[in-house]
Amino acid sequence: MNYIGIDIGSTCAKVVVLDEQKNVCLEMVQPTGWSSVDTAEEIKKKLLAEGIDPDASPCVATGYGRVSVPYANKMITEITCHAMGALKINHSQDALVIDIGGQDTKIIRIEEGMVKDFIMNDKCSAGTGRFLEVMANSMGMRPDELCTLAETGGGVTISSMCTVFAESEVISLIGRGEPKENIAFAVVDSIVSKVASQASRLHEKGEAVCLTGGLCDCEYVCKALEKKLQSQVITSPQARYAGALGAALAAAKIKL
Amino acid sequence: MEIIKELPEVFEEFADARKNSFLAVKELKEKNVPVIGSYCTYFPQEIPMAMGAASVSLCSTSDETIADAEKDLPKNLCPLIKSSYGFAKTDKCPFFYFSDVVVGETTCDGKKKMYEYMGEFKDVFIMELPNTQREAALKLWKEEIICFKEYLESKFGVEITENQLRQACKTNNQVRSSLKGLYELMKNDPCPITGYDLFKVLYGSSFKFDRSLIPAEVDALVEKIKKEYAEGKMLEKKPRILITGCPIGGATEKVIRAVEENGGVVVTYENCSGAKSIDKNIDVEAEDIYEAIARRYLDIGCSVMTPDTNRFELLGRLIDEYKVDGVLEMTLQACHTYNVETLAIKKYVTEQKDIPYLAVETDYSQTDVGQLNTRIAAFIEML
Ligand code: SF4
Ligand code: SF4
Repeated sequence: MNYIGIDIGSTCAKVVVLDEQKNVCLEMVQPTGWSSVDTAEEIKKKLLAEGIDPDASPCVATGYGRVSVPYANKMITEITCHAMGALKINHSQDALVIDIGGQDTKIIRIEEGMVKDFIMNDKCSAGTGRFLEVMANSMGMRPDELCTLAETGGGVTISSMCTVFAESEVISLIGRGEPKENIAFAVVDSIVSKVASQASRLHEKGEAVCLTGGLCDCEYVCKALEKKLQSQVITSPQARYAGALGAALAAAKIKL
Repeated sequence: MEIIKELPEVFEEFADARKNSFLAVKELKEKNVPVIGSYCTYFPQEIPMAMGAASVSLCSTSDETIADAEKDLPKNLCPLIKSSYGFAKTDKCPFFYFSDVVVGETTCDGKKKMYEYMGEFKDVFIMELPNTQREAALKLWKEEIICFKEYLESKFGVEITENQLRQACKTNNQVRSSLKGLYELMKNDPCPITGYDLFKVLYGSSFKFDRSLIPAEVDALVEKIKKEYAEGKMLEKKPRILITGCPIGGATEKVIRAVEENGGVVVTYENCSGAKSIDKNIDVEAEDIYEAIARRYLDIGCSVMTPDTNRFELLGRLIDEYKVDGVLEMTLQACHTYNVETLAIKKYVTEQKDIPYLAVETDYSQTDVGQLNTRIAAFIEML
């Protein structure tokens, strides 16, 4: 028996499949594209190609596209799934999770294995992957390139929190001939400041945090966040799959 | 009696009460019955009742006229204020149109300044509601109530006697007791009805102009629900949610739906749509009936008061009595008093009562329904 977790986020869809012993036996990621219904269909094909039948295996869908997975047995919100995934990755029962997603940022407080409190920013793209994407685009590079470049820059800040205004700031910085690494630094700094200020409502001084979501692949983002929060930031390559992993763990509790 | 009707039908009738009373208010006008419009739970309904006038709540609950209101009012103002002003200004609310006078209280700053503009095109009577609940405040509020009575007397050329006033208090006490009898059914676990159906009755009953008819109707409903409950008609066991915060109605019913579509049940409303406006009765035997009325109303807990001890008292009592699993606070954007108070409420709920708390800030648009659903579903998953 396999347990399937599908996390359809605003930019990427992530899939985690667990085996009988709840070990990860498959991880997949793909862009969500225009239609989450089509994405769910593609995922199904890919799973079948791997010899996993989603119609016959317990399956939980999460993320904003969770309603578009017809073969899922259950829908669970991304808050709960990220929390459960992060606990598994960190082998602990208590944590403060920061998830920087494509279109929102979540701060989740977990105590004794249960979600105790959470904050979600989803009205504004400041401090999200979307912000990074827009800025990277206007600088003509990939988001991950921007993050790596940021490490070598400094000395510039973007004052506007709003993506639209921030983009015009970036464009005028480019026009002024500001070195790219400095602009990249300012972009990452803006995201990290926004995330840190959101987290401050739940974060205790010095407490280690777990970072999940797409941005955790970028080492410099973690470093910058560590500096802002003055706390250790724990992450792992698996962390971008935290939501799907949590969903798969929930699927393992379903009796078909 | 109407006992033959099925429950869903009864709930829908209440839900339609507002719509249906558009006609009723016109009929009242044709019979020369004065209509008094009001905006707040602190409004002492018994005064107009005593002179045989009808009173109607004018709080607007849709975003239809917000754009019109924003021609005169700032954008970052509470939607309840903007919408109420917008409906008044554009004459789209029949209740407003037919009101001979509308009564405003000096509650929050936004409302009180908005009334100044409203006064330019409508008879607006302002009552000075104190910001505290001390004895000196009680004295002031009592004077304001007497002033209001005298204003009505001279405007309509009538006399309001103490006897009439006591009678009105008695009637309205019965109304409150009956409605309380209804919402107290939700103490049952599992619940007999959904929180949304309960809401429809509570909200709908405020649009019945002849208040003396409410008790019999609601009592019959209570009997029917009790009978069906005894026969095993009930909801499944679900996480029990208390709703607190700004008034709910119309557009913001999305919050109630989000709870109940995601596996929870709203067992009680602490806000103006529920217990806050019904919980306490007036002491009709009191020697000074004006003081008794003043005390009953002034004691209402609302974030416009400082300190707001009574809100916490009622909240705590409801949490215990209704075996609440989680508290959901809905605040309206730019409502400073409630938004500021969320921190104190959160602390009280999570530290003193030891149950989870979630605050959601919203407005009258429907664009955030998806986000509300995710937040509220995650909250219910926590319980
Ligand atoms: S929330 Fe307060 S100010 Fe608003 S209607 Fe209710 S009692 Fe009045
Ligand atoms: S919801 Fe808040 S801001 Fe709006 S009218 Fe009521 S007290 Fe005032």
